[in-house]
Amino acid sequence: MGAGHAHLLHLPHDSAVHRLPPEVKIAASVGFTLLVVLTPREAMWAFGVYALLLAIVVAAARVRPGWLLRRVVIELPFVLIALLLPFFGGGETVHWLGLNLSVTGLYGAWNIAAKGTLGVVSSLLLAATTPVNDLLTGLDRLRCPRVMTQIAGFMLRYGQVLGEEAARMRVARLSRGYEQRFLWQLRAWATGAGALFLRAFERGERVYVAMLSRGYAGVMPRLGGRPARPAEWAAALTLPAVTGAVALAAALT
Amino acid sequence: MIDSMVLSLRGVRFAYPDGRRALHGVDLDVRRGERVALLGPNGAGKTTLVLHLNGIHAGEGTVEVDGLPVTKANLTEIRRRVGIVFQDPDDQLFMPTVAEDVAFGPANLGLRGPELDARVDEALAQVGMSEHRDRAPHHLSFGQRRRVAVATVLAMRPSVLVMDEPSSNLDPAARRELADILLGLDVTLLMVTHDLPYALQLCERALILDAGKITADGTTREILADEALLARHRLELPYGFTVPTGA
Repeated sequence: MGAGHAHLLHLPHDSAVHRLPPEVKIAASVGFTLLVVLTPREAMWAFGVYALLLAIVVAAARVRPGWLLRRVVIELPFVLIALLLPFFGGGETVHWLGLNLSVTGLYGAWNIAAKGTLGVVSSLLLAATTPVNDLLTGLDRLRCPRVMTQIAGFMLRYGQVLGEEAARMRVARLSRGYEQRFLWQLRAWATGAGALFLRAFERGERVYVAMLSRGYAGVMPRLGGRPARPAEWAAALTLPAVTGAVALAAALT
Repeated sequence: MIDSMVLSLRGVRFAYPDGRRALHGVDLDVRRGERVALLGPNGAGKTTLVLHLNGIHAGEGTVEVDGLPVTKANLTEIRRRVGIVFQDPDDQLFMPTVAEDVAFGPANLGLRGPELDARVDEALAQVGMSEHRDRAPHHLSFGQRRRVAVATVLAMRPSVLVMDEPSSNLDPAARRELADILLGLDVTLLMVTHDLPYALQLCERALILDAGKITADGTTREILADEALLARHRLELPYGFTVPTGA
């Protein structure tokens, strides 16, 4: 929850990529992923180039490949579904190890696995090199609707507080002989969840009153740091620019 | 001298939407530089009264801050002048870092850039939290969070600092540290508390609010020494504590 889990995806150290302002990294990561998705799946060489580009960023960010690989497993469910496609796809088939595999299914599986992996690694790199609060600042500077960054910010801040409240309520239940394993005690758990919701609601009101008391009039002030310099934009956008050139070449061949 | 009044309340009455009457005609004056403790049992209407000072609640009667009436048109200036520190710092600190939270109030007043940074630095220095400016509030101890909550309000350079139960949940050292900070501030203070020794230490004047009315107003020493008065309003000195005699 909140910052407690933030280090699960963030690698706090210094590198050229870490130092880039968040908005340029978000733009580069989203741009890269979109261009990868647009690349025709038959142009397999292009995906090799993309992997190489990401490898360069990984090296520049001083992220260990093993650290990334352990986190790439999040895409496993999708890849497993993709692996079924060659068995159930129709049309032309090829024989391999005594199996009848659909050609469109094979291409489909490759498409999901390659594009998915590249997208996941790119997102992981963004998360590894950017603290979660900076991501919100970056989204804000990219003119993401204020209300969304505000809600995300409140979630981060109060997820922690509510998590602690939930933990205290659980300890209080356990202290009165409650054991989680009995199904019939689900009622106590559900009541606890309801109480937590009410507490969250009441806290929301108190936070709002405290904000009003400090002059809040419905608009959050734009704060924090300098926006990215042109050189930083140029450095970060090299990734989607090269990706775009490769995608174009792949589409034309 | 009417112009030296920071707070001036006349006939303030308030009922919640459910009909429960919380204030029954409160008259109150606080002069510049005074430190006033607002005492009273639970449910006396202390927090309701505090929320009238900056226009969160508005009932009958008038409230003036530095001579400026609390009306809808004046709310921004009123909320700059009245700095309320709420009881739970987790309600007050909602930004990702300490510095951003302290900047929230002055930024709402339109401050930006170096001027805003200077305000934040000044307020954090006043509560001895400068070194923690880039930390997340939930990584601080409770006592540190309360000090940051004080800074978030000081950054608006208020005419009056209003604190709701400042010593609640603090360990003895944090309680003393906060007292040292408050004693060092050159500010008008209104402190809502049940902590009678704290009131005696920090405030020369005390009020008792009970059942929505101010029922006693005098020096803190006099009021705390009047056992019968305290008992009538469900207030008691802690075991073993007596009001020290002499100056």
